[in-house]
Amino acid sequence: MITLLEARNVGKRFGGLQALTDVSLTIRKGEVYGLIGPNGAGKTTFFNVLTGAYIPDGGEFVFNGSELPSGKPHKIVGRGIARTFQNIRLFRDLTALENVMAGHHIRTKAGLWGILTQNRFTREEERLTTERAYEMLKYVGIERFAQTVSKNLSYGDQRRLEIARALATEPQLLALDEPAAGMNATETAQLKVLIEQIRHDGVTVMLIEHDVKLVMGLCDRVAVLDFGRKIAEDVPAEVQRNEAVINAYLGGGKHAA
Amino acid sequence: MNELVSAVPWLGKRNPMAARWLIIILAIAAPMVAMLFGRSWVRILDFALLYMMLALGLNLVVGFAGLLDLGYIAFYAVGAYTFAFLASPHFDVHLPFWVVLPLGAAFAGMAGIMLGFPVLRLRGDYLAIVTLGFGEIIRIFMNNLNYPINITNGPQGINGLDSINLFGWDLARNLQVTEDFSINSLFLYYYFFLACVVGSIIFIQRLQISRIGRAWAAMRDDELAAKAIGINTRNLKLLAFSMGATFGGVAGCLFGAFQGFVSPESFSLMESIAVLTMVVFGGMGNIAGAIVGAFALALLPEVLRDVAVPLQQTLFGHVLLDPEVLRMLLLSLAMILMMLLRPAGLIPARARYAHPENLHRSAAK
Amino acid sequence: METLIQQILNGLVIGSVYALIALGYTMVYGILGLINFAHGDVLMVGALTALQTMMFLMGVAPGMSPIAMLTIALMVAIPVCMMIGFTMERLAYRRLRNAPRLAPLITAIGMSFLLQTLAMIIWGRNYHTFPQLISTTPMQPIEGVFVTPVQIFIIIASALIMIGLSLLVNKTRIGRAMRATAENHRVASLMGVDTNAVIAFTFVIGAALAAVAGVMFASNYGIAHYGMGFMPGLKAFTAAVLGGIGNLGGAMLGGIVLGLVESLGAGYIEHMTFGFLNSSYQDIFAFIILGLVLIFKPTGLLGERVSDRA
Repeated sequence: MITLLEARNVGKRFGGLQALTDVSLTIRKGEVYGLIGPNGAGKTTFFNVLTGAYIPDGGEFVFNGSELPSGKPHKIVGRGIARTFQNIRLFRDLTALENVMAGHHIRTKAGLWGILTQNRFTREEERLTTERAYEMLKYVGIERFAQTVSKNLSYGDQRRLEIARALATEPQLLALDEPAAGMNATETAQLKVLIEQIRHDGVTVMLIEHDVKLVMGLCDRVAVLDFGRKIAEDVPAEVQRNEAVINAYLGGGKHAA
Repeated sequence: MNELVSAVPWLGKRNPMAARWLIIILAIAAPMVAMLFGRSWVRILDFALLYMMLALGLNLVVGFAGLLDLGYIAFYAVGAYTFAFLASPHFDVHLPFWVVLPLGAAFAGMAGIMLGFPVLRLRGDYLAIVTLGFGEIIRIFMNNLNYPINITNGPQGINGLDSINLFGWDLARNLQVTEDFSINSLFLYYYFFLACVVGSIIFIQRLQISRIGRAWAAMRDDELAAKAIGINTRNLKLLAFSMGATFGGVAGCLFGAFQGFVSPESFSLMESIAVLTMVVFGGMGNIAGAIVGAFALALLPEVLRDVAVPLQQTLFGHVLLDPEVLRMLLLSLAMILMMLLRPAGLIPARARYAHPENLHRSAAK
Repeated sequence: METLIQQILNGLVIGSVYALIALGYTMVYGILGLINFAHGDVLMVGALTALQTMMFLMGVAPGMSPIAMLTIALMVAIPVCMMIGFTMERLAYRRLRNAPRLAPLITAIGMSFLLQTLAMIIWGRNYHTFPQLISTTPMQPIEGVFVTPVQIFIIIASALIMIGLSLLVNKTRIGRAMRATAENHRVASLMGVDTNAVIAFTFVIGAALAAVAGVMFASNYGIAHYGMGFMPGLKAFTAAVLGGIGNLGGAMLGGIVLGLVESLGAGYIEHMTFGFLNSSYQDIFAFIILGLVLIFKPTGLLGERVSDRA
């Protein structure tokens, strides 16, 4: 198995709160990797540090064999990491299609001059962007809403659109922050199919999720965070039996380190 | 253009072609109609076109990129003073119009970048204050840089600016077509400014429907999410800022040449606010809004002078509110009420950032 | 040496006024994340209302003692400004709390110009002489250094007000509610804080401070007019940012520091630039400071919060 992402001793502190402590983990190419833990365990912080929204206090990420620049989101996306947000963050006044097209920004090149003169290259690139975006909408199953302004989409469709937008950046690693939150059973089942499809098409998936059933049914491996520390990392079946994990979730034991 | 077409009441939706022609005819015939009311109205239309350029430029910054720039008029000033320095008896330099215009645009654009670099990391409201401060600093310099070396000639301003000269064709002179028929200089300026506005619209429309326009809109709607899809927000903000400033600079050059003199009082904070109100009033983020807003609010003071004053005299026997006060009152109320009641503006056309028709074409293939 | 002491003294006086205004900005910002552009104009309304009151009193009771007159003028100006603060919040800002972020900002700018225009309608465009009820005859505590009683009054009064405000915010129930609301609206309202009332209260207190500052400002310069609030408003905002916006102590510190920088700068700019720039450039110091702070230390001198509440 080839390693895609390696986090080495990542730490992040907010004032007096140690949100992440020495978190190290390895994600292999082609797997679905789950990141779980009780509320406030540092999962989203981990995503934020990984994608450059926050600068870590210590540690580093190695992606595809070389270190990721910290705190430079656009460079990180350029290297092939895309994410979605726990509370959906779409470009509300843009249509579904335009949202996905915006997602393609980093893979396009047209410059000011080309745009103002509308030269052949720019027109061709624009046409391709439009087509790809439409394909992407089809891929997640919402192409009939291509022209709908995104704030008017249903909740489930917004989630799908956000995934489509992230995929439009052509990532190798897709980081999903609680994609099933607020979904009903049918929608969750459809989401599961979609994620499996994404994995099948060669994108590695990292997943924060509360829906234990979804995580256990979907992930190849799962890491558990508690109070900013990794307390377990294993295949789902093993993690479920892990004592420290059970304690963390039930709140029974003391701070399990 | 399409936005403008669909903004035409009633006709716009039913018969876009007719609406399009209506707009073109109106644009061409406007100065002739204005002439019926007197030459000063043609002059007012000329100024309205300059305001349109300013509103279009500011709309790029505020409406597209979501950056509130309260010192926008400073870039207008940079353009106007560039023209005054390089084409007037003040330093006795008279460079040709086609040299000064790009210089004015470039200086304004550079001023935009210089101001933008330090402040664009900031949140929107800080940006508003810093740009406001920048506008004031420029004004303070314009007012005071006449001592110990006279650069700006202080509050008196600079007189006798060269007129616009298009390859030997002086727009300030009436065009003698035949022996007894000539076209007034104000008309010449009108059509030249109109061409500039049309050029700007095409320019901006192309930007809007491009990867840059979408990135701006994305940044405006949700900066964090924009970063998360790989948009280099700092560079794009700088671009928006300097592009907007460039428009301001071009408009400033035209203004200086047209008016023939420049002085600090043309570039007060109130002017920045007036241009902002035009954008807000018409509808932030759409081109038609900027055009309609600029047109309506540029004509407002003149209409007030011609209508409100006599009206007050007949109603109350004397003038309670002079037109200038009334203008400020209406501008400030427009800003507040628009935000409260109709935040999308008078023309809430949804701006388009893509050509979805590309799809149908390729799907049909 | 005398110049230095003199400039420091002048700086302290004007700095105290900035600090009072800055408190209003910072309280509102701390609680709503809104720059209330109209805050400086509330100051102007305070000064002009006080002026109007004094004129009235001089007409009906010419023999009244200056202190009584000043007190009454303040007693009128403060409630008027409080009403304005309350009305602005209630009619405009409250409805825009969940609007896109530019909307409240643009409304605030509109508010600022609306107040100026209304003042222009009521009081005209002219500069009015502001009666200097406290003596402005300079005293010379040190040879070559001048200080007027009104300046001493300004420094002492602002110090007292700031102490009072600190007590209000840190020791009282409503103060605790304010701090809770600033921390997190939703949680505060879940804990039973009437956040709407707290926000309205914040505006009202800020406006009251602005009224006092307006009277001080006008007394110090002996002049009042409809546009007088703009510059001090802008500078006080700078002071709030300098100290760390959202932080009360910071606003006070920022005001004083800004006052000192400005006053010393104005005193020495001619030497520093070899006569190229003179004291008419005094106003640019605030902006330069604002720029520098925002670039190098956006959290301000004492600030903690750089929250990205969009």
